[in-house]
Amino acid sequence: MTTTLKQALEAPSIYLPTQARIVDARPMGNTEKVLTIELPKGVSLNHRPGQFVEVSVLGVGEAPISISSSPSRSNGTFEVCVRKAGDLTSVLHQMGPKETLGIRGPFGRGFPYERFRGKDILFAPGGLGLAPLRSLINQVLDERGNFGRVIILYGARDPSELLFMDEVRQWQSRSDTEVHLSVDRGDDSWKGNVGVITTLFPKVEIYPRNTVGITVGPPAMYRFVLMEMLGKGLSEGNIWMSLERRMKCGVGKCGHCQINHLYTCQSGPAFSYAEIKHLEEAL
Amino acid sequence: MSLRVLPKAALPAWVDQLCAGHRVAGPKPLHGQHIFGEIHSSSELELGYPTTVIPPKKYLFPQVEELFSFRKDTGEITPKLDARPTVVLGVHTCDLHAMHLLDRVFQNGYTDQHYQAHRENTLVVSIECLVPCMEHSFCKSMGTLSATDGFDLHLTDLGEEYAVDVDTERGARLLEGFAPARPATEDDYHRVNRVMSEKWPRFPLRLDFDVTELPSLLSVSYDSKLWDELGERCLACAMCTNVCPTCYCFNVADEVDLTLNAGRRLRMWDSCQLDKFASVAGGHDFRKTRARRQRHRFFRKGKYQTDAFGLLGCVGCGRCAQACLVNITPVDTFNALYHRQTQNTQAEVRP
Ligand SMILES: Cc1cc2nc3c(=O)[nH]c(=O)nc-3n(C[C@H](O)[C@H](O)[C@H](O)COP(=O)(O)OP(=O)(O)OC[C@H]3O[C@@H](n4cnc5c(N)ncnc54)[C@H](O)[C@@H]3O)c2cc1C
Ligand code: SF4
Ligand code: SF4
Ligand code: FES
Repeated sequence: MTTTLKQALEAPSIYLPTQARIVDARPMGNTEKVLTIELPKGVSLNHRPGQFVEVSVLGVGEAPISISSSPSRSNGTFEVCVRKAGDLTSVLHQMGPKETLGIRGPFGRGFPYERFRGKDILFAPGGLGLAPLRSLINQVLDERGNFGRVIILYGARDPSELLFMDEVRQWQSRSDTEVHLSVDRGDDSWKGNVGVITTLFPKVEIYPRNTVGITVGPPAMYRFVLMEMLGKGLSEGNIWMSLERRMKCGVGKCGHCQINHLYTCQSGPAFSYAEIKHLEEAL
Repeated sequence: MSLRVLPKAALPAWVDQLCAGHRVAGPKPLHGQHIFGEIHSSSELELGYPTTVIPPKKYLFPQVEELFSFRKDTGEITPKLDARPTVVLGVHTCDLHAMHLLDRVFQNGYTDQHYQAHRENTLVVSIECLVPCMEHSFCKSMGTLSATDGFDLHLTDLGEEYAVDVDTERGARLLEGFAPARPATEDDYHRVNRVMSEKWPRFPLRLDFDVTELPSLLSVSYDSKLWDELGERCLACAMCTNVCPTCYCFNVADEVDLTLNAGRRLRMWDSCQLDKFASVAGGHDFRKTRARRQRHRFFRKGKYQTDAFGLLGCVGCGRCAQACLVNITPVDTFNALYHRQTQNTQAEVRP
């Protein structure tokens, strides 16, 4: 019988990290690094796409990081993609294979992808937003037959900030998946679309009644992507996103992640637009 | 459960007996105010205190608390659950109601074992307030002027004696073998009832509306101009939340000792009134203005907590009003919202 991390969390404190091992660390983009992490023997993460873990280094601190790998490809390990943004993330960037870090989770409510089965899926990640969405994209592609059309619109600031390009190219090469890329600023080698992610929307035809749109990206991006999705006729309940907030506990106590009355770490970070559109603090 | 009677003259002996066997905390004077602190003899205790600067919540949820200690070289992690048996004496009923809310918060969803360890090992001896403690308290309006449970023992001043409500087994054990505490007679029940009914009119109602309307009043006041007005006055000093018995937001940080190898992960009280409380890496702040932070604070007190836990997030202790340098108070805030709202609706109804 495998022990889930959640069971490991049951005693004796919800704040105790499980010591896990880095099995691989590869740089990605200018400021991102992908860590492959293995939990102690017999413990599986059992996550859902869209959930996050609290990653910590003793003596440095703890931060919420999305699980980037899909449950369908777990193999006893999971991946996170970390952007260097402050104290902890800088230390994570210096770490390599065999070193240990602390894991708590998985936390939050992921995307309810079982409900998306049978529908067309329009993914619109921006920048680092691909890290969490990659979990769901690969889950969908690994049970491709359960879904209708799959369209991925991916935007980043410049070509060097496009993440997971090896995988993105595999997605592009699939006949059952439509991928469009864009960068805000091109460079000499960039042959593709130049412009913010919303400039990709006119390129795709969708059947709005049967489409779920899912977007993850920096806060400033949401309003514009939402306008495009609503403009295409997607219903509010079929538009999903993942919201970032300051988080200090992950378990609905510390108060930092509150959006009006909602605790993002419990009710989110994945929300449908219908759930949050009336909340002024959401977007 | 049962009622006993303790002569006031015997109280010091009882407290000294408690001090001999437990960590005991209670209200004591300090620089002209009162605080909850550890007491080692009955002479330190001042049960007739108005209110304390910091609420007794700190015995369940300390200002700074170690979650675990660690060694970096071995990766060893040792959780810290503080299970010291503690008796907290002289808790007012507003603070009892606040503890009730904290129970729901920390036991809801994931149980917070650190809170739970304190809770299970803390005995609460509360005391009935018979006169208003200070100008800012509004417990009667918030329905916290008395309490029927949440304590182990509850004292009511009958003049020369205390009536002692015994509500739990472990409370009963605190009195066990203490000869001066006698069982109550029928007459004692009458005396308690008289004291209770006489106390009621002494306390003013300070909200101009019934508190059960507070959540719905707030839900129509989200866009009120009042929040901007409060935001302009507020200094964002966080005193209001620091002294509040129902506030429980916290931060977490690691502390490493001089060896740079051993250390502790700590949690400490934090405040939604502080700049950066809701900011994320990259600089985006989801509650940037003081107006929005004040609104968030009062919505937690009067609506969010009620929606989530079925209890009001404010118990009317008045500490925040006392602490605020610019006189922002829950009573004035809620009443202002109420009067603006009734004016608005009257204006709408008028032909
Ligand atoms: C659900 C979720 C998923 C996430 N997924 C990912 C992911 O997949 N990949 C990823 O790279 N990131 C992700 N993040 C963001 C990540 O959590 C932050 O970048 C991380 O917390 C930064 O931690 P740090 O210790 O490196 O930075 P910090 O040292 O905490 O600094 C970050 C910034 O906050 C400021 N700051 C720090 N502490 C305080 C304080 N107490 N008060 C005020 N300001 C302060 C600093 O000045 C700095 O600007 C996610 C966040 C959430 C909520
Ligand atoms: S005590 Fe007063 S000034 Fe300070 S943060 Fe609270 S409301 Fe603002
Ligand atoms: S909001 Fe003010 S009056 Fe209400 S419980 Fe907190 S400190 Fe007391
Ligand atoms: S992260 Fe602490 S309450 Fe959500």
